[in-house]
Amino acid sequence: MPLLDVKDLRTYFHTRAGIVRAVDGVSFSVEKGEMLGIVGESGSGKSVANLSLLGLVPSPPGRIESGVARFGDLDLLSCTKAERRAVRGKRISMIFQDPMTALNPFHRIGDQIMEPLRIHDGVSRKVAFARAVDMLQRVGIQDAERRMRAFPHQFSGGMRQRVMIAIALITNPELLIADEPTTALDVTVQAQILELMKRMQGELRMAVILVTHDLGVIAESCDRVHVMYAGRIVESAATTALFAAPKHPYTRALLASIPATQKKGTQLHTIAGSPPDLTQSFTGCPFAPRCEYAAPECVSPAISLNEVAPAHWSACVRVQSGVIT
Amino acid sequence: MLELANVAVHFPAPPHGIVRAVDGVNLAVGEGEVVGLVGESGCGKSTLARSIVRLTPVTRGEIRFEGTDLASLSRNALRAVRPNIQMVFQDPYASLNPRMTILDTLAEPLRFHGRVGRADTASHVGALMERVGLAPKWMRKYPHEFSGGQRQRIAIARALALKPKLIIADEPVSALDVSVQAQILNLISDLCREEQLTMLLISHDLGVVKHLSDRIAVMYLGKIVELGEAEQVYNAPVHPYTRALIEAIPRPDPSRRRDRAALLLRGDPPSPLNPPSGCAFHPRCPFAEERCKSAAPSLEAMANGRIVACVRKGEV
Repeated sequence: MPLLDVKDLRTYFHTRAGIVRAVDGVSFSVEKGEMLGIVGESGSGKSVANLSLLGLVPSPPGRIESGVARFGDLDLLSCTKAERRAVRGKRISMIFQDPMTALNPFHRIGDQIMEPLRIHDGVSRKVAFARAVDMLQRVGIQDAERRMRAFPHQFSGGMRQRVMIAIALITNPELLIADEPTTALDVTVQAQILELMKRMQGELRMAVILVTHDLGVIAESCDRVHVMYAGRIVESAATTALFAAPKHPYTRALLASIPATQKKGTQLHTIAGSPPDLTQSFTGCPFAPRCEYAAPECVSPAISLNEVAPAHWSACVRVQSGVIT
Repeated sequence: MLELANVAVHFPAPPHGIVRAVDGVNLAVGEGEVVGLVGESGCGKSTLARSIVRLTPVTRGEIRFEGTDLASLSRNALRAVRPNIQMVFQDPYASLNPRMTILDTLAEPLRFHGRVGRADTASHVGALMERVGLAPKWMRKYPHEFSGGQRQRIAIARALALKPKLIIADEPVSALDVSVQAQILNLISDLCREEQLTMLLISHDLGVVKHLSDRIAVMYLGKIVELGEAEQVYNAPVHPYTRALIEAIPRPDPSRRRDRAALLLRGDPPSPLNPPSGCAFHPRCPFAEERCKSAAPSLEAMANGRIVACVRKGEV
């Protein structure tokens, strides 16, 4: 049984401009101990899908319209607030993109690391302090005992993200959701943080959902990957299989747009147009208007994510029917 | 065309002392050339860019544009030179005035410098918009009606309005999604070729810089540590810092997943308030020796016009 099993998640925002279908029928599962990547551009629904799982979507305007998210014997989407609160920060932790806004600037980082332990495990301050110091050392902060008394502004961006990771991991979670954890950091520091996340994942034997817009980050760290576009998963496969032979035109186009992989002076591959307006309902494949392989059958209403190769799913009807490979 | 000679920009930071954001940079950009400037946040690359257009005053050194030293020009004389040097900023959400239509935004430099009469303004602006791939019919819209990529096109059109000789682009694609990034990079590369623009391109992303630049300069803590022909710097970096930067770029190729732990740089960039002795990179450098701690290495020439500031260059 997977650790987390999400079925048909739909999160809509009811705004004055209309209903924004931010997440529109997403199903995926996370196995124990794996690192799962979710990749997509801004507005693809990758963050909202994960915020929905933890009950962090502001409501109103957000509303979870349908879905089941099985985590052990709990459905995260229909459980009571108290049940969810018992899981959040304990069995499932989350880290965010910008460690400066995620940390409270008025509290010493030691208190912020101890807080989840004090709340969930009810341990004494003394025990919590010792475990927090130990965790700070494990995430690579030297002189941890003294640094417990420091405030967030006394740390660099990379160090703050290490503190965030310490807060998230102090309760030994089974699942860590990391939403763009390295986007605000320099490449050299990004590499350190990714390495740290991988090491901690191994040590704590936890599963990780890594949400990012960067296919490079996915390639470096994830076991499996889901590609999201316009609120849906359009391709899903093992990382090696996805990069070796992408089975959706969107994934292919994204890979081709990365400048580092192109020869200098050549025209970069681009995707014409822009992502669809999610307040408009549309039938068929959401990528069809921008797709170079689009054909009449792409507007057919029954687009679903089907297995097109062993353990490789694609939502492209033309790949499914074998017209394009 | 542009020549920076020993440029330094220092900021007082009482009570701690002085931040040496840019500390003795020499760099020349030839006509029609695209020079990329890379480095981590805080290395001084944006401060350097801003000091070239005198948005930030220089502490010492000369900034020669076609022979005249911009750093010592009077305000009036500077105004006459400014149309030749234009800047594109990182965040097109912040760099466009939300209360001005695109027409007003693009017409402002033209009117200010008396380039167009009232009657021709709209047609001029329309032509500018077409050059950056926007439909002229949108000229009466406001910035919020455009996507990030379209806004960056507007910012580029504004920079092109006065037919500048030199463009300074400070992280022009960092705020954009990958697919949009590629569109804007193609636009910049087309414009550079068609208009023979000279450009100083600043970015933290070596992949972006390599794609567009003829030469690349790598900055660390206010100083240039390596400079050379773009492909060479990218494919055969000499300075250990350049190597580490290139190693750290996540590659979209899982089959080449390396044992990164061995190659990782330790620590963060040091504070420019209190830079390390000797070579500023030595505390993070995997190849550092005793002598790196004492004497700061100077930039020395190697083959193919490459210059590198590392005492162990060639050894490692």
